Amino acid sequence: MAVVMKSGEVPRYNANERVTHWVVAILFILLAASGLAFFHPAFWFLTGLLGGGTWSRILHPFLGVVMFAFFFLMAVRYWQDNIIQPHDREWQKRLSDVINNRDDDLPAIDKYNIGQKQLFWTMIVTMILLLVSGIILWRPYFADMFAIPVIRIAAVVHMLAFFVLLMGIIVHIYSAIFWVRGSMRAMTRGTVSHAWAKHHHALWYKRVTGQSK
Amino acid sequence: MQSLDIQNRSATTTSAPQVRQAESPVAKLIDISKCIGCKACQVACMQWNDLRDDIGTNVGVYDNPMDLTDQSWTVMRFSEISKADGSMEWLIRKDGCMHCEDPGCLKACPAPGAIVKYANGIVDFISENCIGCGYCIAGCPFNIPRISDKDNKAYKCSLCSDRVNVGLVPACVKTCPTGAIQFGAKEDMLFRGAKRVNDLKERGFQNAGVYNPQGVGGTHVMYVLQHADKPELYHNLPTDPKISPWVSLWKGIAKPLLALAAGVAVLGAFFHYITRGPKEVDDAKHGG
Repeated sequence: MAVVMKSGEVPRYNANERVTHWVVAILFILLAASGLAFFHPAFWFLTGLLGGGTWSRILHPFLGVVMFAFFFLMAVRYWQDNIIQPHDREWQKRLSDVINNRDDDLPAIDKYNIGQKQLFWTMIVTMILLLVSGIILWRPYFADMFAIPVIRIAAVVHMLAFFVLLMGIIVHIYSAIFWVRGSMRAMTRGTVSHAWAKHHHALWYKRVTGQSK
Repeated sequence: MQSLDIQNRSATTTSAPQVRQAESPVAKLIDISKCIGCKACQVACMQWNDLRDDIGTNVGVYDNPMDLTDQSWTVMRFSEISKADGSMEWLIRKDGCMHCEDPGCLKACPAPGAIVKYANGIVDFISENCIGCGYCIAGCPFNIPRISDKDNKAYKCSLCSDRVNVGLVPACVKTCPTGAIQFGAKEDMLFRGAKRVNDLKERGFQNAGVYNPQGVGGTHVMYVLQHADKPELYHNLPTDPKISPWVSLWKGIAKPLLALAAGVAVLGAFFHYITRGPKEVDDAKHGG
């Protein structure tokens, strides 16, 4: 596929990738809202998003399966980009500089930094745990096939896996929307600026453009 | 009227109405040594509560139906015990909701007001608020609630809360021909149970006792057992029922802890932005 490169822009995600990401993101919001409502009464009002408590109970697992399917497509597409490399470890040693925005001379890294890669693998593990435990909890279709002690463990696993995922997603959303300026357009319009690419992902920039400066 | 007498309500973090003086707790006492297994209580339960289970198949045992269902809130569990002297003994236990003082179903339920515990100790499902998630099944230490195929809502014995509320005894109590099921103030039932246990001991049942398990804070349905040292003889009645530690973790400490941690993470991100600000890339410096 020919990449249309407007001057000053580096393509990062094509239309398919963006659609897949946002399908997962929208489903995550709906799932998190209805799931939180089942988790703690303080969040019960969130059942309104899917049309009440019973509708939330009915829809939550179906949406979960669809989210997993779309997430699976992302996992297949990105897993190779998320293998942790030696330069990631070097970058990680400078984490306090990263957090404090002192990032002018950080080690050059590829398409993703180690935080993003760790989130990727965290999502792989938690999504699988959520799928498996979710099926065990799924009424009226599957829960009856499992012994009650198994259902109890599944409830705890579902809760903890979601919690870990939520913490990762909080960092993900903060970084993409608020912290690292210029990131959001990668997932909305598909491109980032040359400066952004060079600054945050120098090895990737070199790889996709053949330029290093 | 009844709404004033709710002591505990599922998925509700604030207190129930408290101003009325609490009613004294009630209890049903089921004397297994007096039960003849006639199942009149099952029929009375069906009749009063307008329940009709599917007609099952005889599989060669007396249990009928074979399990609790959304339509059968109580069933007789027949256990045929061989004794050391070669004789046999029928242990017939009327199974159904035990109306725990600390109900696991209520603890697990995520739907506000779908499960309530009245001041008199009765644990009741308010089915219109039920969302059909089945968490009550995971929460119950006695494996009692059943979800209906018709409406995907959970059902169980209500201890005839509608009858008790107007001063009647539960339907099963009313109909029991041998007086094996009694109903009244829990204090009185404990007293009668203790008396009966003494009788049984005099008649050679050394280990007779009242089953009022403290692991769930005591129950508002109690048994007189001839062999209280071995509750498991009675179709696996749990020896020391408790809310499962998994359920306690899930619906106990994890709730405030994880909610707090997620809140702190969001605030942490906000204050990171306020103190450190965004990473902005200078296009000019990097040559654009």
